Amino acid sequence: MLPAVRKASDAHARRAGRPGARRSAAGRAGRVRGGWTPWLYLAPALVVLGGLLVYPIYQLGLISFFQYTQAQVSGGEPATFEGFGNYAELFGDPRFWQVLLATVLFAAACVVSTLAVGCALAVLLTRVRAVPRLALMMAALGAWATPAVTGSTVWLFLFDPDFGPVNRMLGLGDHSWTYGRLSAFFLVLLEVVWCSFPFVMVTVYAGIRAVPGEVLEAASLDGASQWRIWRSVLAPMLRPILVVVTIQSVIWDFKVFTQIYVMTGGGGIAGQNLVLNVYAYQQAFASSQYGLGSAIGVVTLLILLAVTLVYLRLLRRQGEEL
Amino acid sequence: MNLPRARVRRPGRLAAEASALLIAIVVAFPLYWMALSAFKPAGEIESGEPRPWTLAPSLDSFRRVFGQQEFGRYFLNSLVVAGCVVIASGLIAFLAATAVTRFRFRLRTTLLIMFLVAQMVPVEALTIPLFFLMRDAGQLNTLGSLILPHIAFSLPFAIWMLRGFVKAVPEALEEAAYIDGASRARFLWQILFPLVLPGLVATSVFSFISAWNDFLFAKSFIISDTSQSTLPMALLVFYKPDDPDWGGVMAASTVMTIPVLVFFVLVQRRLVSGLGGAVKD
Repeated sequence: MLPAVRKASDAHARRAGRPGARRSAAGRAGRVRGGWTPWLYLAPALVVLGGLLVYPIYQLGLISFFQYTQAQVSGGEPATFEGFGNYAELFGDPRFWQVLLATVLFAAACVVSTLAVGCALAVLLTRVRAVPRLALMMAALGAWATPAVTGSTVWLFLFDPDFGPVNRMLGLGDHSWTYGRLSAFFLVLLEVVWCSFPFVMVTVYAGIRAVPGEVLEAASLDGASQWRIWRSVLAPMLRPILVVVTIQSVIWDFKVFTQIYVMTGGGGIAGQNLVLNVYAYQQAFASSQYGLGSAIGVVTLLILLAVTLVYLRLLRRQGEEL
Repeated sequence: MNLPRARVRRPGRLAAEASALLIAIVVAFPLYWMALSAFKPAGEIESGEPRPWTLAPSLDSFRRVFGQQEFGRYFLNSLVVAGCVVIASGLIAFLAATAVTRFRFRLRTTLLIMFLVAQMVPVEALTIPLFFLMRDAGQLNTLGSLILPHIAFSLPFAIWMLRGFVKAVPEALEEAAYIDGASRARFLWQILFPLVLPGLVATSVFSFISAWNDFLFAKSFIISDTSQSTLPMALLVFYKPDDPDWGGVMAASTVMTIPVLVFFVLVQRRLVSGLGGAVKD
C-alpha cells in the first residue's frame, strides 16, 4: 500500500475510534476493486428494489397529498392536489390517535412477550438432554412454519365459544373472546407470540451455544443463580443477537395485518381492534379513500424509519463494520 | 468433571426436562387440534363435547375442500408463487451479497444501509401504490402481481443474511481460482455459489414463508379472475365469521401448512446453524 494511502486510512481508523478499524481498513483495501463488476452484480437487485419498493414509496407519498377516491381511480374526475389536507383530516380525527395508541401498545405487548418467552425457552433448551430439546425444537418449528392465515383460524377455533376446547377446559361456557376489545387483542397476541417466539428462541439458542462453556461453568461454580448468569454473563455477550431479534420483532409486530384482519373480522366490532395497517387498508380499499389510506401508510413508514435509525445507532455503537 | 456435575444438577434438570416436554405439547397443541379436527367426521365438531381424539376418522372435510372449485389450482398457484420468489430472490440476493462483500467500491456502505432500511418498509402500506402500479402495467389478476412484490420485499433481508455466508468464504480461494485461470463468472457460479448454497437454503425459509403466507396482496390484486388466486383465499371460502365450516377450515389449513412443514423439516438443520452464523457475524 502506498504510504500516503495508509496514512489516510489510519487517520480514518483513528477518527472511527475503534480498535479493529485499522486492521480491517488495511485488509479491505487489499480486496478486489473490480471496476464495473460489482454494479453488474447489483443491477438485478437494484432494478427490482427500485421498481417495486422505492418507486411505490414515492407514489405512496405522492398519493397522500391528493384527493384520491373512487371517482379519481376510475378516471371520472381529475385528482386534485390537497397539500396536507389528508394529514390534517387524519390528525384531527380522534379515531386515528386511538388506533395509533392501540398499535403501539399492542406491538409493545407482543414484542415483550415474544422476547421473554423466546429467551426463557432458549435458556431452557441449553439445560435439557437431546430428546426434550428435539421435542421443543420441533414443536417450535411447527408453530413457526404455520402460515399466518392458518394460525389465525386455528387459534380462533381453539377459543371458539361453541366448539373450542379452551373454554371447555377453563369452564368458561360460551364466553366470546372476540367480543371484548381487550380479550380480542389478547387472543391475537397469543397467536402472534406463538408463531414468532420460535425465531427468537432458535436465534438466541444458537447464540448461547456459541458462548464458551467454561464461562458459564465458572459462573455457576461461583454460585451464581440462573437469573444472575443470564443477566450478568449471557445477556451482555448476546447483546448483538438480542438487538437483532428485538428490532425484527418490533418491525414484525408493528406491521401485523393478517392476524388482526382474520381473527377480528377486519378490525373488530365497530373497529375496536384496528391497528394502523388494517386501518389504512380499510380506508383505501373498503372506503375508497386512497389518499387518506396513503397518509396513514406514510405515518407507519415514518415510525418504522425512526425505529431503524435507533437500530443503526445501536449497531454503530457496538462497532459493527458494515 | 462431567459426572459429579451431572449428579449435582439432576433434580433441577429433571424439572427442566419435564417443563420442556410440557411446553412442547402446549406449543404443538394448536397444530394437533387442527389436524385432528380436519379428520373428524361431518357433524362431530358441531355436536357437544370437543374431544381430544376422534372415534371415526374420516376424509369428509378433505373431500369438501378438494371438491371446492379450483382448490387444486389455488394450491398450485401458491406453489408457483413461492417457488418463483425463492429462486429469483435467492439468485438476485446471491449476486448482490457477493458485490457488497467481495468488492470495494464507492457507495458500498450507503447501499448496505439502504438494504437495512428497506427491511423496515411496511409492505402493507405499499399495497395502495402497488395496486395502481399493477393496474397500469396490466398485471392485476396475474400471479406476477404476487410474485414481483414479494421478490422485492424478501431481497433486503436475504442480502443481509447472505452477507455472512459470502464473507465466510476465504479470499485466498478466490485468488487461487484466478491464478489457476478461472474467469470471474466461473469463480462465481462454480466455486462461490456451491459454497454459499447452505446459506441460501437458510435464507430461502424467510422468502418462502413471506410468499406462501401472502394474504393481503392476493386479496387486493386478484380481484376478478379467481383462477389466479392462492390458498389463503381458498381457506377463507370455508371461514364465514357468522357460520364457519370448521371442519373445512381445518382441513384447508392442514393442506396449506403441510408444504411449509415439509420445507422446514428439510432445511431445519441449515436454518439453525444458518441463523447462528448470520447473527454472529
